[in-house]
Amino acid sequence: MVRILYFAWVRERIGKAEERVELPASARTVADLIAWLSSRGEEYAYAFERPTVIRTAIDKVHVKPDTAIAGAREIAFFPPMTGG
Amino acid sequence: MSAPVTIRLQEGDFDVAAESAALTRGRTDIGAVVTFIGICRSGEGADAITALTLEHYPGMAEEEIARHAQEALARWPLNGLTIIHRYGRLQPGENIMMVATASAHRAAAFEAAEFLMDYLKTAAPFWKSEERCSGTTWVEARSEDDQAAARWTKS
Repeated sequence: MVRILYFAWVRERIGKAEERVELPASARTVADLIAWLSSRGEEYAYAFERPTVIRTAIDKVHVKPDTAIAGAREIAFFPPMTGG
Repeated sequence: MSAPVTIRLQEGDFDVAAESAALTRGRTDIGAVVTFIGICRSGEGADAITALTLEHYPGMAEEEIARHAQEALARWPLNGLTIIHRYGRLQPGENIMMVATASAHRAAAFEAAEFLMDYLKTAAPFWKSEERCSGTTWVEARSEDDQAAARWTKS
């Protein structure tokens, strides 16, 4: 089981800030996981409708879409950041 | 002498003068302190911002800021560094965040402060939403900020 976190409008579109999921064996990379999450329902498809806009962190470190997710304890999805 | 690094995330306001004084207290090696303050603007006109809310990723925000701080210490001869970033709901005119850098000479202090700001704008996990009479919207990231951060990338 992996803890998945959602922030900002990704969180609003999905309707939850976090959840625990069993990663499907077919999902090897971040991009695979986004595609699988998108298939879980309309709210997920809406959140991930433009995957190139989504940023991802694994265990609190920024990663690229082709990064492997094996061994991840926490995966977060969010829009481009606007701090500072 | 050491280069103390202070990084704080907090809801409440901070005192820039006090933080700057803390960097130099008891030290004789610091010749330059640069402070940057990010402030909530309301904007102009009838649809000005009435409040700004900062969402953040607890844990990652501190770690990501710390990573940038370590990179700044590696790249410039700094004698101290302070980064404070607020989260939660703020009013126009309120402080959002500050960066202070201390060094023997001003070039390092200025450059490190700018480097930290450019990276904080693009890589620190915070998200702003603006409240207006017309409704609440998420602020969009700006390509200018990505370009500013990119110019610090070592070739």
